[in-house]
Amino acid sequence: AVRGSRVVWRQAWQRGAGGLGPAPRGQPAVARNARGRAQPAGKCGLAPWVPVVGLEVHAQISSNSKLFSGSQVQFSAPPNSLVSFFDASLPGTLPVLNRRCVEAAVMTGLALNCSINKKSLFDRKHYFYADLPAGYQITQQRVPIAVNGSLSYSLCIDNKMSQMVTKTVRIKQIQLEQDSGKSLHDDTRSQTLVDLNRAGVGLMEVVMEPDMCCGEEAAAAVRELQLILQTLGSSQAVMAEGQLRVDANVSVHHPGEPYGVRTEVKNINSLRFLAKAIDYEIQRQIEELENGGTILNETRAFDSKLGCTVPMRDKEGKQDYRFMPEPNLPPLILYDAKSLPANINHQQVVNIDWIHERLPDLPSVKRAKLVEHYGILPEHSFALLNEDGLTEFFEAVVKQTQMRPKKVIGWILNDLLSYLKQHSLTIKESPVSSSSLADLLNLLENKEISSTAAKQVLAELWKGEGKSPLEIVKEKKLELMQDQNQLEEICQAVIDGQENE
Amino acid sequence: ASKRNLLFQVSAALKEGRVTPTELCQRCLSLIKSTKFLNAYINVAEETALKQAEESEQRYRRGQPLGVLDGIPVAVKDNFNTAGIETTCASNMLKGYISPYNATVVQKLLDQGAVLLGKTNLDEFAMGSGSTDGAFGPVRNPWSYSRQYKEKSVPKSPSEARECTWVIAGGSSGGSAAAVSSFTCFAALGSDTGGSTRNPAAHCGVVGLKPTYGLISRHGLIPLVNSMDVPGILTRCVDDAAVVLGSLAGHDPKDSTTVQDNFKPFELPNVIDVSKLSIGIPKEYHAPGLSSEILSLWSKAADLFKNAGAKVIEVSLPHTPYSIVCYHVLCTAEVASNMARFDGLEYGHRSAVNKSTESMYAATRREGFNDVVRGRILSGNYFLLKQNYEHYFIKAQKVRRLIASDFVKVFSSGVDVLLTPTTLREAVPYMEFIQEDNRTRSAQDDILTQAANMAGLPAINVPAALSERGLPVGLQFIGRAFQEKQLLTVAKWFEKQVKFPVIQLEEMKRHDQGVFQHQQSASFS
Repeated sequence: AVRGSRVVWRQAWQRGAGGLGPAPRGQPAVARNARGRAQPAGKCGLAPWVPVVGLEVHAQISSNSKLFSGSQVQFSAPPNSLVSFFDASLPGTLPVLNRRCVEAAVMTGLALNCSINKKSLFDRKHYFYADLPAGYQITQQRVPIAVNGSLSYSLCIDNKMSQMVTKTVRIKQIQLEQDSGKSLHDDTRSQTLVDLNRAGVGLMEVVMEPDMCCGEEAAAAVRELQLILQTLGSSQAVMAEGQLRVDANVSVHHPGEPYGVRTEVKNINSLRFLAKAIDYEIQRQIEELENGGTILNETRAFDSKLGCTVPMRDKEGKQDYRFMPEPNLPPLILYDAKSLPANINHQQVVNIDWIHERLPDLPSVKRAKLVEHYGILPEHSFALLNEDGLTEFFEAVVKQTQMRPKKVIGWILNDLLSYLKQHSLTIKESPVSSSSLADLLNLLENKEISSTAAKQVLAELWKGEGKSPLEIVKEKKLELMQDQNQLEEICQAVIDGQENE
Repeated sequence: ASKRNLLFQVSAALKEGRVTPTELCQRCLSLIKSTKFLNAYINVAEETALKQAEESEQRYRRGQPLGVLDGIPVAVKDNFNTAGIETTCASNMLKGYISPYNATVVQKLLDQGAVLLGKTNLDEFAMGSGSTDGAFGPVRNPWSYSRQYKEKSVPKSPSEARECTWVIAGGSSGGSAAAVSSFTCFAALGSDTGGSTRNPAAHCGVVGLKPTYGLISRHGLIPLVNSMDVPGILTRCVDDAAVVLGSLAGHDPKDSTTVQDNFKPFELPNVIDVSKLSIGIPKEYHAPGLSSEILSLWSKAADLFKNAGAKVIEVSLPHTPYSIVCYHVLCTAEVASNMARFDGLEYGHRSAVNKSTESMYAATRREGFNDVVRGRILSGNYFLLKQNYEHYFIKAQKVRRLIASDFVKVFSSGVDVLLTPTTLREAVPYMEFIQEDNRTRSAQDDILTQAANMAGLPAINVPAALSERGLPVGLQFIGRAFQEKQLLTVAKWFEKQVKFPVIQLEEMKRHDQGVFQHQQSASFS
């Protein structure tokens, strides 16, 4: 479908088990090896293109109330039902920082190996928009709460689960800021309706350095971030509910040359689309450049129906955000064990060390523990963590069965998970409970049934009729025969039958 | 009780039943009507005021008043939010706007039983120094109608000539100053960003206190410059200012810039010894344009302290001359930002132009704001542009720090309180005032008051004398941060020495003999 491209697509990696979509087929793209380095392009002697991808991730903080007001935070509440005077920017109202949001950002910063700034500042970023009632957003432009971190993520090579590489993307900063409201454009009546429920909800903007080179890497990095946020509880990070929003900065250049002009791709609402949007944008830029065109520093929206990016019209004009220090908020001061003043009310301070000590196991640690404890393969540990509740399910089954965890995992990842996928169910909605799966695996392990029979039983269990594995086995007469005499009798009968013929 | 302690005296009269809160309220309301020509009030909340007075009366009848302020009629500048009473900022943008909440300071007054008479006039969004640039017309200085001024300045001529001689009230809290000065209320709230409380207090012959930044909550005060705004207190004497300060000060969880320390309300001593004090006279306040009359008053005041045994020393605040230009940048930048919310969507004026959201914004803001506000928004946005930010905003912030550290140095050298003029000269006639634009006027008029805002320090205007033309002239004391008690004590001593004369409002006396006499006797019996 694309003209003039001199490079061929080589599917250099496989998407992770995170339900990422199929690779863009028939789309020529830049060739590169598994590490994302550009490969010589061949024929024409033209140096190949090196794509560069950076991300800005907005994660909505999971908190009861908003960043600077007491309004509740709740998804899909009736329009404008969660709006305080401050959220509606009534004159004379002032921001009051929500401690929970600060703690969530500190937690996230620590989990992403950031250094936490003991003093950070708030700024106003000005622009006029219907869903930004104050005419500015309070953010952290000059000194954000956390800086200089890193995020390690893994992805598979060459379609093989067994060949995983771990990569690292640098985290430039995490800043606290307000979310905007929502504008709903009613074109037929040429009206704009504004819902301020979301206005003022706390966001963490996680800025990732341009250390990625393709959609798959970006999606894998965001997936890992999502798991971390969910583990911490600092954000629910559900993309479909807008709790995790990703903008991608994409550029291409020839090796050894400076980075190309970048575009920013917005409106991406799933990991699958993130990968798609980035790969499309890389390809579009390469084509544009190879056809003698130039890349504009612009904002583009991903159109998921068309699978392409298009310039965003309302962001055309160059914006000067006229940043200014937020005068109504003193600097945000955080303490650690050393700097914590004596006689201070602990309710009034945020202690970094205290938060650090209470960080839960991060996904990477959880995986390592699973591998070590159960002797399962590393890639299986990824699969277990990739779905919420799956690890717990696995551990529950293991506890109730004599079967080795290494064997249990196959039943869960291959058999049960494929049923779930077929029916678009989560593990928590599974009609097969961990105890009935354990019962089933025990029957198999005790050689009471064959593995073929076990699969039949699982199929029966899936129906969710409330029968136990043993009942199903008896009903369907799936038992393996253990009695030597009985077996001999059957064999004899068969032989006798043969003789009679 | 001290003769000058008006609030305590009225409070005592209320307790003893010599006057009831309702009577007091009615007298004030009738005075407001008879002084309507002053244009001090934008909105008079007669009904709610009488209701509050009635409630107060019941408390007195039960013998359970809430405190000194119970039943005391007060007025509030119309840039403080008042639930149920229109809050306009003297702007078409907010004409008809009824806030759903009370500013913290308003709530505190009401919680202590004060009776809120109404909202006072100002320059639009408090941008000005004359109270002449509001959507509801200029405030007239009550002294324009005093016997003192008429005898000295007003030609015995037809009313047309007299119409041209009325003088401005100063600003931007001119309505509050005029209201206190004309006896229509006992205390009023103003706001002070560059002198907006002290300047009109000086021109109207009343006490005007700007407390330390962070001592009183700004929640509910519609901001001009958030980093400098402070609610101001206007009263007829220093003791009263201390009472009102005590009722307002303290941490507010709704304003993160208020200090956490507990504030202890204080009473000022009746016997004051200034002999151990060191009074600083900053030489830079001998500014160009300072009238010779005020200069000599200033030095007389210094002599008063010297004669009482205080140490009076000349000090230098070398960065004072840069404060105006620095203020201009910081003020307009914050104004540009603060005014961004007035877009016609959530509240306030909305233009009928509806071709697009952007054209609606533009028309709304053009129709809603006056030239002064629009001018400041424009320059503020210019200073905040990426290419200008370093050159203007950052530089101005640095200069602000220098100005503040000037004060720190002087105070750490042992000076207790600074004594300066409040204004360069007495109030000028309106016709003269409007010859120059708001920007020029503000630059000139704020020159002696603004540095205290830059540094966040407490400062107070105390009426000192009448000028040759029969108009009030005030002097300013600037104190150490959070040392209001010391500052007010010094101010009270000075007030006692100068015996500033009572305004003699003959026209009003004719209108309402009773009220005038009552208030006069309350003040100065």
